[in-house]
Amino acid sequence: MRHHLILRVITKLLVGAIILFAFYVQFHGDFSPGGGFQAGVIMAVAFILYGLVFGVAQVQRVFPPWLVHKLLALGVLIYAGTGVWNMLLGYEFLHYGSFAPHHMSHGQHSGILYVEVGVGITVTGVMVAIFYAFAGRRPQLGDDDW
Amino acid sequence: MIETLINIALFAMLITTAFAIVRMDHLFGVVMLSGVFSLLSAMLFVTLDAVDVAFTEAAVGAGISTVLMLGTIALTARREKRVNNRTFVPMLVCVVTGAVLIYGTLDMPNFGDPNAPAQIHVAPAYLNDSIEEIDVPNVVTSILASYRGYDTMGETAVVFTAGIGVMLILSGLRHRRHSLRQRLRLESRRRRKLAKRGQT
Repeated sequence: MRHHLILRVITKLLVGAIILFAFYVQFHGDFSPGGGFQAGVIMAVAFILYGLVFGVAQVQRVFPPWLVHKLLALGVLIYAGTGVWNMLLGYEFLHYGSFAPHHMSHGQHSGILYVEVGVGITVTGVMVAIFYAFAGRRPQLGDDDW
Repeated sequence: MIETLINIALFAMLITTAFAIVRMDHLFGVVMLSGVFSLLSAMLFVTLDAVDVAFTEAAVGAGISTVLMLGTIALTARREKRVNNRTFVPMLVCVVTGAVLIYGTLDMPNFGDPNAPAQIHVAPAYLNDSIEEIDVPNVVTSILASYRGYDTMGETAVVFTAGIGVMLILSGLRHRRHSLRQRLRLESRRRRKLAKRGQT
């Protein structure tokens, strides 16, 4: 899409705003609609839009496939790790009590925050990875990169 | 009253879109219309006060899936293949399945019934106690991330698995072809070596 000047200029303006909105949805999910899943999708949309307009090669310079593939697993690890962390400290799995042992709702706040960050990271990674898989005809990740 | 009118208008547009999708054989139009379909259902969720679901539907249904469908079209065909089979049996299957589904809804509680099982089981406990226990104003978040943390972890794992599956399917064939080429190269090298040994 080299010749679509309007699309390229508007995309450059929009990408920053979309990422900012994704962070808002992520961290304001306690008070308004939204949460990790929606924020992850919106965050992925920013990169997908950039990739659609400027080409997959350009977006992969910013967000390389190896990083996407790591993030995909990192989110699930953060989520499960929050649960296991509480188990190690003597609480139930995903109890969130260990983050503030003397104040129930403060611990819940921290737990919900970490868990939602995990969801957001995984969803961003998966959506971008699926987009790369569809858009990139050649495999970008060689066998030696693992 | 005004809400009923909005619902009727939205459902009419939803059904029109669905018929247009079925009738159309130009796949680009089909993809665009399915985005419209998702956006209309998102509006229906808003009128049902399910803003979180509407948000997800608008972002995933109208946003991401449209892009992925366009990517699929770019890799495959632009037009649907016309099939001239008889439509009687598929039609019968659809009608029977639809009738069974409608028959199944007859036992369900009415829309908005306060005595429905979903309203009297754990929902009152969540609504009454969540401010004291979790202190998050958006009850949806506290249910999803705290009360039902296991379920959400399962969902995250499902999303993860789906991503891994797509990556395996879409890049697996090329890897296999690549390794086949490597295997051929190794084979020819081995043969050359054998031939050399045969000469000496």
